[in-house]
Amino acid sequence: MAIFLTKESKVIVQGMTGSEGQKHTRRMLASGTNVVGGVNPRKAGTTVDFEGTEVPVFGTVKEAIEATGADVTVVFVPEKFTKSAVVEAIDAEIPLAVVITEGIAVHDTAEFWAYACAKGNKTRIIGPNCPGLITPGQSNAGIIPADITKPGRIGLVSKSGTLTYQMMYELRDIGFSTCVGIGGDPIIGTTHIDALKAFEEDPDTDLIVMIGEIGGDAEERAAEFIKANVTKPVVGYVAGFTAPEGKTMGHAGAIVSGSSGTAQAKKEALEAAGVKVGKTPSETARLAREVLAG
Amino acid sequence: MDLFEYQARDLFAKHDVPVLAGEVIDVPEAAREVTERLGGRAVVKAQVKTGGRGKAGGVKLASDPEDAVEKARQILGMDIKGHTVHKVMLAQTADIAEEYYVSFLLDRANRTFLAMASVEGGMDIEEVAATKPEALAKIPVDASEGLTDAKAREIVEAAKFPAEVADQVTDVLKKLWTVFVKEDALLVEVNPLVKTSSGDIVALDGKVSLDANAEFRQPDHAALEDKAAANPLEAAAKAKGLNYVKLDGQVGIIGNGAGLVMSTLDVVAYAGENHGGVKPANFLDIGGGASAEVMANGLEIILGDPDVKSVFVNVFGGITACDAVANGIVQALELLKSKGEDVNKPLVVRLDGNNAELGRKILNDADHPLVQQVDTMDGAAERAAELAAK
Repeated sequence: MAIFLTKESKVIVQGMTGSEGQKHTRRMLASGTNVVGGVNPRKAGTTVDFEGTEVPVFGTVKEAIEATGADVTVVFVPEKFTKSAVVEAIDAEIPLAVVITEGIAVHDTAEFWAYACAKGNKTRIIGPNCPGLITPGQSNAGIIPADITKPGRIGLVSKSGTLTYQMMYELRDIGFSTCVGIGGDPIIGTTHIDALKAFEEDPDTDLIVMIGEIGGDAEERAAEFIKANVTKPVVGYVAGFTAPEGKTMGHAGAIVSGSSGTAQAKKEALEAAGVKVGKTPSETARLAREVLAG
Repeated sequence: MDLFEYQARDLFAKHDVPVLAGEVIDVPEAAREVTERLGGRAVVKAQVKTGGRGKAGGVKLASDPEDAVEKARQILGMDIKGHTVHKVMLAQTADIAEEYYVSFLLDRANRTFLAMASVEGGMDIEEVAATKPEALAKIPVDASEGLTDAKAREIVEAAKFPAEVADQVTDVLKKLWTVFVKEDALLVEVNPLVKTSSGDIVALDGKVSLDANAEFRQPDHAALEDKAAANPLEAAAKAKGLNYVKLDGQVGIIGNGAGLVMSTLDVVAYAGENHGGVKPANFLDIGGGASAEVMANGLEIILGDPDVKSVFVNVFGGITACDAVANGIVQALELLKSKGEDVNKPLVVRLDGNNAELGRKILNDADHPLVQQVDTMDGAAERAAELAAK
């Protein structure tokens, strides 16, 4: 099962012919992902060779879906053009769009999110500014390294790319059902809550690890959701306890404004919802092991 | 990026939002001429990026040009909540009949834009929200539809603006929305929006915050940056394209990925509790592609910080292979040496993930006297804190 992405997923790549797109398409293919096409209006009709695998390039997302039955698109299009790429994916009603691009203007994300809502949310958006998601042993849509860990029964949802990798590494011997990097921008498509809900419903996930960071109130909202709706054990980690107020810490959304968005408040909210929260990534991994061991 | 009031005022004027005439100065004597131009009287306002300046004595009325010089002299150099006043704005005076509040902002929780408006402006709006929530109208604005005429009128009605100013306020809202969208703002706030005794609606004081991610289509925004206030290390890092924030501790931090670096700061702070309370000296995310040059630039900034006593390089090789990072560290140290930099602070390196074994071997073989490796993040943080406490 896993969530959002399985071995049945047929993946296309918007921006496949660019340098980042090519590099990561090669990696996705190498980790067993069924990449069925790329999209670039100026190179439609050509193919790109990835070590013997010829991947066709289509002019539009719609054409790619019609020709291949694709149900996932991974977006590597540069930030200036990301909004129109995502709008195109929404118009084509592809079920899942994974937006890797970082540095997107908030107004652009707000616009494509509003557009997705107006169109009835037929397309699940993950990101932007995220590493994508991986269902180990099945499929990999984005830039998460495929060789850190193996299939298993932990579900992972995280705002941060490298902390996702770190946590996958800490628990590599146990393995993961799906790991989802939702991104650290002020507006994102798929939230902690969406992933928690999907993991709760996934018969292949026994334990959920959620990683948050300073800024906004997504973790507090997730805590409310957990209290009301999640029966599976959840272990949490929040980064940025020592971050000063008013300074953006790398991710555009990672900022403490006044008394809101602090790591302490998030930790307390999660603990109040029964989530065990680690002080460090290693302690979080230890808590996860303890919970799994019963 | 938060703007000064005078910069917000300029952006308002650019998009035809009604504002009063005003000029910014940084020496008291300049107030004389400006006040004469403004008609002989002026409000002298401290330019600081913090609230509560009125209470702190940062806003004064000058009755004539000489008085303006005196008031400017009093305010320039003043400390308001830790912000030194380097500039004052001299603004035309106005006879205020009513004070309102309007803003557009990003509503992160609901993933939309939000308009807020109140006829009880002038005071701290968070106080209004807390004490009289019914006096603050909050209306979501759909980002793809934008502010339609109907939506603007809905805001005016919800906030119960009096009928005689409704049309004018609706017009001002539409112009402020233009500022919000065209300037890629995350916040556009007018407090107070005033009705003058002659019935005009004027934006008297404004706050604007701009989206740094939109720089690619906002070439004018770079000039709005407050270079004087930036920490010199932060300015130097920015010039090298590094994502760096100066903090007040002693352990220099380099890592890849914003989340991992934030986590590293925390782990170092915890470790420091056992070592004389040492803390992280900075945030520095070298991103996914940690080339030797980026590593050298990062090390150069951190080693140039006199507060730094030890450095913790914490890398999880995801896309970037650890052997490339290790080579980057070795080359960076050689590069700094060849530039005549005095490299004498210990480096604790933790490499994990993609090609970690190879990376560790490269550092072992290089056998640099200042570099030591610890295999775990917690252990390395402990070691870096210990070295910084010596």
